[in-house]
Amino acid sequence: MSTAIESLVNKEYPYGFVTDVETDTIPRGLSEDVVRLISSKKNEPAFMLEWRLKAYRRWLTMKEPHWGNLKYEPIDYGNIIYYSAPKSVKPLQSLDEVDPELLRVYDKLGISLTEQKKLAGVAVDAIFDSVSVGTTMKDELSKYGIIFCSFGEAVQNHPELVERYLGTVVPHSDNFFAALNAAVFSDGSFCYVPKGVKCPMELSTYFRINNADTGQFERTLIIADEGASVSYLEGCTAPRRDTNQLHAAVVELIALDNASVKYSTVQNWYAGDAEGKGGIYNFVTKRGKCAGVNSKISWTQVETGSAITWKYPSVILQGDNSTGEFYSVAVVNNHQQADTGTKMIHIGKNTKSNIVSKGISAGHGNNSYRGQVKILPRASGARNYTQCDSMLIGNECGAHTFPYIEVQNNTATLEHEASTSKIGEDQIFYCKQRGLSAEHAVSMIVSGFCREVFQELPMEFAVEAQQLLGITLEGSVG
Amino acid sequence: MLDIRNLHATIGEKEILRGIDLTVKTGEIHAVMGPNGSGKSTLAQVLAGHPGYEVTEGEVTYDGRNLLEMDPEVRAQEGIFLAFQYPIEIPGVTNAYFMRSAFNEIRKAKGMTELDPLEFLDLMEEKIKLVDMDPAMMNRSVNSGFSGGEKKRNEILQMAVLEPRLAILDETDSGLDIDALKVVAHGVNALRRPDNATIVVTHYQRLLNYIVPDFVHVLANGRIVKSGGKELALELEEKGYDWIPGAAA
Repeated sequence: MSTAIESLVNKEYPYGFVTDVETDTIPRGLSEDVVRLISSKKNEPAFMLEWRLKAYRRWLTMKEPHWGNLKYEPIDYGNIIYYSAPKSVKPLQSLDEVDPELLRVYDKLGISLTEQKKLAGVAVDAIFDSVSVGTTMKDELSKYGIIFCSFGEAVQNHPELVERYLGTVVPHSDNFFAALNAAVFSDGSFCYVPKGVKCPMELSTYFRINNADTGQFERTLIIADEGASVSYLEGCTAPRRDTNQLHAAVVELIALDNASVKYSTVQNWYAGDAEGKGGIYNFVTKRGKCAGVNSKISWTQVETGSAITWKYPSVILQGDNSTGEFYSVAVVNNHQQADTGTKMIHIGKNTKSNIVSKGISAGHGNNSYRGQVKILPRASGARNYTQCDSMLIGNECGAHTFPYIEVQNNTATLEHEASTSKIGEDQIFYCKQRGLSAEHAVSMIVSGFCREVFQELPMEFAVEAQQLLGITLEGSVG
Repeated sequence: MLDIRNLHATIGEKEILRGIDLTVKTGEIHAVMGPNGSGKSTLAQVLAGHPGYEVTEGEVTYDGRNLLEMDPEVRAQEGIFLAFQYPIEIPGVTNAYFMRSAFNEIRKAKGMTELDPLEFLDLMEEKIKLVDMDPAMMNRSVNSGFSGGEKKRNEILQMAVLEPRLAILDETDSGLDIDALKVVAHGVNALRRPDNATIVVTHYQRLLNYIVPDFVHVLANGRIVKSGGKELALELEEKGYDWIPGAAA
């Protein structure tokens, strides 16, 4: 007997990308020469080149990690272009040339026509002056002494800041992908908030100058000096027009005494087709260090895209009384796989960590939560609360939980809760009987499930995230 | 309004409805009673479009349209409401949000404008008084942690909000004490209008003291074996079902 949940035809999500590769690229493959070339093309100071080379040489000795609950085709590192000029894609002339499926998603997300053009790689009319919008913002911020620019610009204009903090949270030797990133990173965001300054607005990648297509190897560094605070939004709810398969980004956050950093991500990279072919491999190392006393770092993520997601935004709770938070919604549909979670390392005294992870699996998706809570010997009075909930939609998907708890101080308090639930036919019928379609019902139930996490997102993102969830789960329930 | 002819329905291999004939006109209240396993709840669910049942024969016309071809949500948008015997819990979704969504979907289907949260709140406050519920319930998840009585009252509250044309109450009185029963009945009676109708599926005559029906039908072994006025309910209370031909299992 076919149930309502199984009987709806799965809708395809084809993104037919068309890219023309520009001439200014370094031929495929990686070598020390390539690394040097990248550095010279960016006009980097000596310390930067040395850092890259150290990382590259280290990378050569490392092996790709395979402990994740993930299955994928081996990555051919010799077949990747490690550098291409900012406009790697020739702009299309009009929205007519863009895959209508892509436009349908943009419409559903309520994205303005101009934004749609930008996202789809269509040449933007001169009338819409995106650069001036970014400039106005930059001017506003500089009044506060806040530096917010691309990583490349930061290396040029604030090398001392970069040199002081780069690699202090994620050293180049940290892991295979971090080493690769350190060697060949393209660009990213840099933010420095001076002492006592609370950044007056949410910083977002939309406003970053030189907001070209996000590179494969993004590197972001955000520093909140003593008493400072900043909230940063990364990502885009609209699917990126990108054929690069491997995305190995690194994000480092640093909060000094009494400072706080909030980092929110909504990720919807191309997830591959319904058969699981293609799609982005999102292997990211994100880590924050609560270096100062009373500092706080908060990660909030909504991961709905990518064929493979491998990321563990973590917090090192070094300063006394520091707090780390991790709120996550990870969705997998069709043949997507996610192995994601967090690490909270308690080092200082009276540190606190809060983990809320919501995993949603549909189709043939496979979702794993992997979390580590580590209490080191001198971390007295540490407290952790972990809640990981899984929701299964349909009968072909999977949800797994791998919690690791290591406690080396007996004054610690840890709470761990986990739940697994399924969207039942009964619930769907109840909603239908009240006039709601199955899709509306699923979207509503899933949003309810994710509410605690969505509450942590800055408002603009929260609304988009809800809609995105609905779109991602289209076709998953009858 | 509703015309059921020779309705047969099965669940899996088992045939539960074996030829139901029933006509309901606007302004009427029909009670459907019968022994356990007779198919009363099945009838209610089939009318609402529950996917677990298969209609094997017969027709159901609603306002001249073929009801059986309509998806459950379309039936709801056309004004059919089922007060569930076992209301479902939906954790994480508040009653307020759920009802506003349903309300607006039905408004949309009728081509009317939707209400924003504040406007809806005003409407809600009015309706809550009707079922004597604590307004704080609105912020709790749908039916989560509700007692049996509260769930049933919540069904009537939804009915009050959605103002259906045809309301089907599936054993709404089961598990209720006298006071709760009175509240539920009061709510149902207050919603009665000349242009709507109600089918009350019930086991016990007691509810019918408060919701006085125009017609009473006895459903047994998948068929309606006797129909009458409200006195029939009293007769059943006194004599049980055995005296009716065709009612014995």
